[in-house]
Amino acid sequence: MLTILFDGVAYGMLLFVLACGLSVTLGLMNFINLAHGSFAMAGGYCTVILVNRMGVPFVLGLPLAFLVTAALGGLFERTLYVHVYGRSHLDQVLFTIGLVFMSVAAVDYVMGSSQQFVLIPGALQGQFIVFGIGMSKYRLLIIAVCGLLTIALQLIIAKTRFGSRLRAAVDDQRVARGLGINVGVVFAVTFAFGSGLAGLGGALGAEILGLDPIFPLKYLIYFLIVVAVGGTSSITGPFLASIVLGIADVASKYYMPKLGAFVIYTIMIMVLIWRPQGLFARSAAR
Amino acid sequence: MMRSYFLAAAAAAVAALGLSMADGAFAQDTVKIGFILPMTGQQQSTGIQEAAGAKLYMAQHGDTVAGKKIELIIRDDAAVPDNTKRIAQELIVNDKVAFLAGFGITPTAFAVAPLATESKTPEIVTAAGTSIITEKSPYIARTSFTLAQSCVPMADWAAQNGIKKVVTMISDYGPGIDAEKSFTAEFKKQGGDVIEAIRFPLANPDFAPFLQRAADEKPDAIFVFVPSGQGGTFVKQFVERGLDKAGIKIIGPGDVMDDDLITGMGDAVIGTVTAHLYSADHDSAMNKAFVAAFEKANNGKRPNFMAVGAYDGMHLMYEALKKTGGKTDGDSLIEAIKGMSWESPRGPISIDPQTRDIVQDIYIRKVEKKNGELYNVEFATFTAIKDPVKAAEQK
Amino acid sequence: MVPVADDISAYLARRARWSPLEIAFWIFVFATIWLFPGKYLIMKDTAILALFALSLDLILGYAGIISLGQAAFFGLAGYFSGLVAKYGLIDEPVVALIISGLVAAALGFVTSFLVLRGSDLTRLMVTLGVSLILGEIANRYSNITGGADGLQGVTMAPIFGMFRFDMFGHTGYIYCLIVLFVCFLIARRIVYSQFGLSLRSLKGNPLRAAAIGIPVNRRLVAIYTVSAGVAGVAGALLTQTTAFCSLDVFSLDRSADLLLVLIIGGTGYLYGGLIGAVIYKFLQDWIASLTPQYWQFWIGLVLVVIVLVGRERVDGWIAALRASISRVVARLVTRPTALGGAAPDGH
Repeated sequence: MLTILFDGVAYGMLLFVLACGLSVTLGLMNFINLAHGSFAMAGGYCTVILVNRMGVPFVLGLPLAFLVTAALGGLFERTLYVHVYGRSHLDQVLFTIGLVFMSVAAVDYVMGSSQQFVLIPGALQGQFIVFGIGMSKYRLLIIAVCGLLTIALQLIIAKTRFGSRLRAAVDDQRVARGLGINVGVVFAVTFAFGSGLAGLGGALGAEILGLDPIFPLKYLIYFLIVVAVGGTSSITGPFLASIVLGIADVASKYYMPKLGAFVIYTIMIMVLIWRPQGLFARSAAR
Repeated sequence: MMRSYFLAAAAAAVAALGLSMADGAFAQDTVKIGFILPMTGQQQSTGIQEAAGAKLYMAQHGDTVAGKKIELIIRDDAAVPDNTKRIAQELIVNDKVAFLAGFGITPTAFAVAPLATESKTPEIVTAAGTSIITEKSPYIARTSFTLAQSCVPMADWAAQNGIKKVVTMISDYGPGIDAEKSFTAEFKKQGGDVIEAIRFPLANPDFAPFLQRAADEKPDAIFVFVPSGQGGTFVKQFVERGLDKAGIKIIGPGDVMDDDLITGMGDAVIGTVTAHLYSADHDSAMNKAFVAAFEKANNGKRPNFMAVGAYDGMHLMYEALKKTGGKTDGDSLIEAIKGMSWESPRGPISIDPQTRDIVQDIYIRKVEKKNGELYNVEFATFTAIKDPVKAAEQK
Repeated sequence: MVPVADDISAYLARRARWSPLEIAFWIFVFATIWLFPGKYLIMKDTAILALFALSLDLILGYAGIISLGQAAFFGLAGYFSGLVAKYGLIDEPVVALIISGLVAAALGFVTSFLVLRGSDLTRLMVTLGVSLILGEIANRYSNITGGADGLQGVTMAPIFGMFRFDMFGHTGYIYCLIVLFVCFLIARRIVYSQFGLSLRSLKGNPLRAAAIGIPVNRRLVAIYTVSAGVAGVAGALLTQTTAFCSLDVFSLDRSADLLLVLIIGGTGYLYGGLIGAVIYKFLQDWIASLTPQYWQFWIGLVLVVIVLVGRERVDGWIAALRASISRVVARLVTRPTALGGAAPDGH
């Protein structure tokens, strides 16, 4: 039973790392980036190429996936996304779905359509048994990495100057600009960072979620659920939302396999009825 | 703003209609074969393997049969049945195909069955695997497989090899339920016990909770069926959970150990026993040539059971045309198809004249490492297996 | 002094007049029955998609409710009409169509409270959640719905006992076109009425609309219910004309495609869904026949380019084109007067 809790937490933290970039982008730039999953996929494939084909060790493959995807995110932001910032949400949806289609087909063309498996080192296979709780080594890694990332994120946002500029820009962009904060730079850096996180999540998650060209479309729903339930005005919101959803999903599938997928959708609907802005949102409707 | 779009629409519509009207003129002596496959979407790996298999056959055997030129048309339906039906109708009415082939998942084959009957066009199922498909129209013949064909011998082998208690784990959709039913029925008949039947949602990211539940029951083996892309993830999580160390075996139809993906799954899957119609490792001269040619034409990609289904489907269609001397009416073609038998890369196969379904050998194989790659190595054979579901009905 | 109510009625009547472009559009649409006999099937699918998009336009374009859940109503009515046909409960397709639409509308009414509050993202996710849950239910009760294999054994009786559904799609297409036109007329009537006017104000600023006495929630529930009914009619049409229904009617893909179609065509003027459906469907079909595996890339590129170029710019080009066409038409129209001897209008 505690193993299930452990599994749920690991799954939830993975979801968080994948989805938090989307939440921040939405909250900060009021931009619906449905192509977020494509960055996650890019990170996954990057790791596959580095680790499987070029023999880079796995522990190095992960931060490299982050860096490459962050660079990709920064590049796309400056060249493509910047043109659509001021547009309506509908236009943004159209634009980013167009990007998703292109990324899916491009990856299919270049890497083939089969599932990809990352060769994880032998040290990460199997599990520890601690006090009768089976803890999979790989999931332990996920919890460790994601936990550290979350703490780091929280520290950056709360304690650094960049973090306070980010918070200012999220709260009220116009006033922040008026105060001399270079909002464009904040956008670019945040977007790159968020995409990098997604890439790292994709690389970490390949072992658990699988990796193929249609990854962005398959998991889009889950990212959106995390963002909707967690709200977009903080990091803790999506974090707690992911943990709750991860545990609920895993536990319900264990105890009531017949209901499996119902639970996560029902929870989401009920939460959103009760708190339409998400569980942890502060501000009123945008 | 509104007005401007009328013109845009009219222009776009006329342009698009005009463009898609541009059919090539077809010669009297062309026979068209229409493959409807999922080339995009969740099932695309099936479609891509199948298309490659069909094209390989044509490359090897030329495009002339019985004095007629063969034209191969491949269309994408994204495994959405209304697309399939529409594309099939267009192929029949506009392209006047002599054969419809492909059908990546069962509902797409079902959707087209009434059309096949009404237009008397043979529908050659080269991918889908539900038993009752061939009963939906007298013009359907199959060169792929039925799940029950693999599951029943799996149950027999398991019972004969000391496996007494099994937990079945399947994806909750048509083929999964088929697999669960046929395995359970046969296994119980052989004296085994299925202690729990677990079903998980088709779009399932994480097998962890279900595997945990299965492990808690302490079975001798877990019988698993998941769609081909998920097999690797399943086995990896199985090992991650330490279930192999707990002495639990994995058994199931070979879909889980898809040739296309198996090497990428890593050493965790070595030793997994499955029952299936085709392994790229099958030891025959014909298969070795097939695999080599396929890999050469497809960037080193290994063929799997879907590719062989389409390859044999093309053979079926070519031979049927030879038998009818080039006549393309549906009734003669179906008559020619019934009872055909030949050597396929998978082994000997034939088409049952009564059910028009495929009869083939099912092999029990184990995953082993050869030359640095993983293969399903066959070690036992169940010969000439007919689809058990229909065979039971006939008794 | 003219009473305000008369002002408004006159205004509405003026707006509701059929413009020549609209009439030409519908004449062309019905003419396709004779112009393109080889294309019935894809045109039928386009008509159904257009009707479906119309339903989304009603809530998105006129009431500002963004929804990914129209597939729920589409699918519910789709299965309902399939089941009543399969078990012979309602033989006449038109009657089944209407009742399926009402069933979908009932579901819309019941779930309408979900979209009354919340941001865009909330509505998106809640509506999506509803359609996914319905999809799960349909899979669970596969003994009724056929599950992943789809609903088997649906046979459609001829319409009015006379018009059989044939393999070429002739009857099916005409049926769909007529239903599309009727629903369009109903929608047009709604949006050009006082009810429709109140919707627009409520879309623009719900707080202000409520302040002047418009019952915001009641209006939203009403339009959501109507939209659900129209979506249901589209779903039932699909099942009836293909004699088949399977789980993908509830999928995210279907709702997402719908949103794309409507955004391409433009929201808020009723024709957006129709036009977007034509452009998207035919473009997709054409590209897919050229490259069956990678067509998504080109479609994605088209979408990206559309947004980057911006619809305002396309509008500008087309407005110029339209202006020159109007000039030509005006010249043609006034020429007979000149021939008749009366003095021509200056232009």
